[in-house]
Amino acid sequence: MEHFISLFVRSIFIENMALAAFLGMCTFLAISKKVEAAIGLGVAVIVVLAITVPVNNVLYTYLLSEGGLSWLGEDYASVDLNFLSLITFIGVIAAMVQILEMVLDKFFPALYNALGVFLPLITVNCAIMGANLYMVERSYNFSESVVFGVGSGVGWALAIAALAGIREKMKYSDVPDGLQGLGITFITVGLMSLGFMSFGGISL
Amino acid sequence: MKAKELLVTPIIQNNPIALQILGICSALAVTGSLKVTLVMCVALTTVTAFSNLFVSLVRNHIPNNIRIIVQMTIIASLVIVVDQVLKAVAYDVSKQLSVFVGLIITNCIVMGRAEAFAMKNGPGASLLDGIGNGLGYSALLIAIAIPRELFGAGKLLGYEILPLATEGGWYVSNGLLLLPPSSFFIIGLIIWGIRAYDKAQVEEPDFKISPNTKPAEA
Repeated sequence: MEHFISLFVRSIFIENMALAAFLGMCTFLAISKKVEAAIGLGVAVIVVLAITVPVNNVLYTYLLSEGGLSWLGEDYASVDLNFLSLITFIGVIAAMVQILEMVLDKFFPALYNALGVFLPLITVNCAIMGANLYMVERSYNFSESVVFGVGSGVGWALAIAALAGIREKMKYSDVPDGLQGLGITFITVGLMSLGFMSFGGISL
Repeated sequence: MKAKELLVTPIIQNNPIALQILGICSALAVTGSLKVTLVMCVALTTVTAFSNLFVSLVRNHIPNNIRIIVQMTIIASLVIVVDQVLKAVAYDVSKQLSVFVGLIITNCIVMGRAEAFAMKNGPGASLLDGIGNGLGYSALLIAIAIPRELFGAGKLLGYEILPLATEGGWYVSNGLLLLPPSSFFIIGLIIWGIRAYDKAQVEEPDFKISPNTKPAEA
């Protein structure tokens, strides 16, 4: 149990998807002008990560990794489909987002309307793909990948909500012309990310 | 549009990173050393150019509602090819790039150009547009990587330029530049520079500060 708690905390703070690994930056910078929109997107990312990372973990272990097909019989024990993992992962992510959209539309219309346009956008959010690739690289098992998926989603949501809060305040400050908008946002994110680096000293 | 325009405008006037906010993730994480950056630039330019070419070739045969999946499949196949080639030719660099080669699939430049340009233009123009945007991305990445490696480690491409104080030289390195957050500051400053040169890119503030109406106290 302790192992899972430490993995959870590590994936939220120390290895924060947005501010330590710099993933999902495009949406992170583009959709952080309003706190409400940022939180909506954050929730969508948590949900999609919590589903796709474990699903891809199962697919990777039983289909794609070397020797993963051995449950089919002796002849398949040496098959290595590793090179197909990129295309499989992106397919699973795109399909999951599509299914999630339909399920939400049918059973939870309120949540569906709140997430709106952000759901389809998530397919091309590199935080999702990145978390899936990290899952393979660090060879997490199934239960670890559930914790890692949820944790990294929460970390990303936290970061985008924090940035949106800062940007809402910042529109009242007098920024030099050339830095207006995108430029000052970059510098703010840089400072936030320096702040998050201080978690790096914690060992769990 | 002319071929030269297609190639040159994305480098400064319509830079994918500085103006279109596309493909930022990898720009931050891989720029710690110039060698890794150059490999990443070549990989991304190749993928963008060819994905634009192939998407443009099949654009009239793709039903509109499944176009994203078709584009994804084309891009993912190209990235797999690049990934396998890198693993075979430059194994240590591909280890350093780790997940970022795979992340070219979700790099918004590739997807964005396929959707915005290649779906509407012929194969030749699309190929040039892909190369142009790849070059714009490369130009910005190299502009970030050079100061980071030079002032952070005193080296360029592994050759010593500024002898470090710790190794008997005179230069005390700036450790901040080796940390990934420094690339945020460098990109911010580059954007400032580009917008000082090209005023048309300056964004309108949401909120204007009214001038001070209080008379100055004596």
